[in-house]
Amino acid sequence: MGRITLDKVRKAFGDVEVIPPLDLTIEEGEFVVFVGPSGCGKSTLLRLIAGLEDVSSGEIRIDGQNATDLPPAKRRLAMVFQSYALYPHMTVRKNIAFPLKMAGLDQAAQDKKVEGAASVLNLTDYLERRPGQLSGGQRQRVAIGRAIVREPAAFLFDEPLSNLDAALRVGMRMEISELHERLKTTMIYVTHDQVEAMTMADKIVVLRAGNIEQVGSPLELYRAPRNVFVAGFIGSPKMNLIDGEEAAKRNAHTIGIRPEHITPSPDAGTWEGTVGVAEHLGSDTFFHVHLPGREEPMTVRAGGEVSLHHGDKIFLTPDETQLHRFDAQGLRI
Amino acid sequence: MARAITPQRKALNTAIAWTFGIMIFFPILWTVLTSFKTEAQAIADPPVFLFFNWTTENYTTVLERSNYFRHFWNSVVISVGSTVLGLIIAVPAAWAMAFVPGKRTKDVLMWMLSTKMLPPVGVLVPIYLIFRDIGLLDTKTGLVIVLTLINLPIIVWMLYTYFKEIPVDILEAARMDGASLRNEVTYVLLPMAVPGIASTMLLNIILAWNEAFWTLNLTAAKAAPLTAFIASYSSPEGLFYAKLSAASTMAIAPILIMGWFSQKQLVRGLTFGAVK
Repeated sequence: MGRITLDKVRKAFGDVEVIPPLDLTIEEGEFVVFVGPSGCGKSTLLRLIAGLEDVSSGEIRIDGQNATDLPPAKRRLAMVFQSYALYPHMTVRKNIAFPLKMAGLDQAAQDKKVEGAASVLNLTDYLERRPGQLSGGQRQRVAIGRAIVREPAAFLFDEPLSNLDAALRVGMRMEISELHERLKTTMIYVTHDQVEAMTMADKIVVLRAGNIEQVGSPLELYRAPRNVFVAGFIGSPKMNLIDGEEAAKRNAHTIGIRPEHITPSPDAGTWEGTVGVAEHLGSDTFFHVHLPGREEPMTVRAGGEVSLHHGDKIFLTPDETQLHRFDAQGLRI
Repeated sequence: MARAITPQRKALNTAIAWTFGIMIFFPILWTVLTSFKTEAQAIADPPVFLFFNWTTENYTTVLERSNYFRHFWNSVVISVGSTVLGLIIAVPAAWAMAFVPGKRTKDVLMWMLSTKMLPPVGVLVPIYLIFRDIGLLDTKTGLVIVLTLINLPIIVWMLYTYFKEIPVDILEAARMDGASLRNEVTYVLLPMAVPGIASTMLLNIILAWNEAFWTLNLTAAKAAPLTAFIASYSSPEGLFYAKLSAASTMAIAPILIMGWFSQKQLVRGLTFGAVK
């Protein structure tokens, strides 16, 4: 259960087409992440699948059944919102039980399921509290609890972690991944954070201006970005993109090299530059290196303890086997 | 940064506030005092303030001469009835305008409000004739209908403002959770809007209770509410100020008491959303 197919789905608001006709298949049990810069249409796409927006044309099928005109309530999907969207006037217990109540389950069955979900999500002690009395992480867990009790065909997550602080975000990321491992239910997750996308996804869908730029596993996208946009978007820190002479030497319009595929050296190498900012993270050091004739600094990863500082001379040697080449249209060669 | 307020400044502010407060309250206080005077004291020149022979004779006379409780009951039915009927119509209207606005929603809202700018007397004759023809003159039903229509724009506007404060996400979450439209409104929207709905209700009960133009013009004896009861003591020849005051006091007392007990709710409702 939980195979979702989008067939030439298009969405326009008035004259503005936010999603040009788009095809996508999400397989049963997959963890799919929609990622892209803000305004790329990823949330709109999720809302189209949820039924919270109507498609302008095209078809959405859930488990083979045409769901294009079904109201959200009838699509057997559960959604976790960025703002949590808990019912502030209900206790945690009633929040989680709400979809069950709407489904017409009797009180005993509701209680059993709510308590099951609460114990999985460590919410048992908070069942009688209201959302206002919970922390951000707890609220997010209640929102997830409300989604899992329904045993939906698929879960939809709309940037669920962006209101949490950094430490909590990492923790919740793991919890959601574990939940997926345990439930094996299809999950569609929207985020603008490519780290979330890389760490959680089975399959990443990179979107730009409503268009799918590339679909693939995190490592496929990392190793073989289909175009310059995906190359620049996936990976942290960003891939260095170089135009001009250096690219022409390698028969390309643009070449890309990731910070981790450049070897820095104080004495010898292919390119010579000066160290700008050095970010010491302990495990790694990132140098922002200024090369002559290049405006943007190159980002280079070095080992944990390298004694090069601002203004020092530095030599860079790219790993030629890890170079990405792109043509004038920005497509991978 | 907190502003420094000198004690003198504070005393001055307090004095100004009290002056305005007393000015606003004075007519009501004077009416209540007059209701305990004799007719002669009521028109005495110079007027007597507190030192007169207090008497409850006016109240006895008023209660003997007219059926206060029937008027009171009519007022209750008309104000509560029109408010409840208004809410039944306004909740779906405000829901639609707040959550599924169209291109012309703002215009519709303005148009609704503009009907409040029309002098009611302009439509008195047509409404009177319609009511006469369909037999609604001097009936509580007729007044409930008229007052509902009169106050509907205000009810819709107030509810619209409160509904706008409710995050759409929460209603969408309810939709995703399998709630039908009716369940979404019953279990999620209305409970969250309770403070707003309560103050809308209170304000409209007060407005309908005090409404005099339509209640006086469309009733004779049967459906006359307390406004008509007061009016029956103001006659052009030979004014009976003390009895008029007694009738007024009795008419405003219930709503004054209700307002007193619900003032917290009223203020909270009227400033709802102003401060998060």
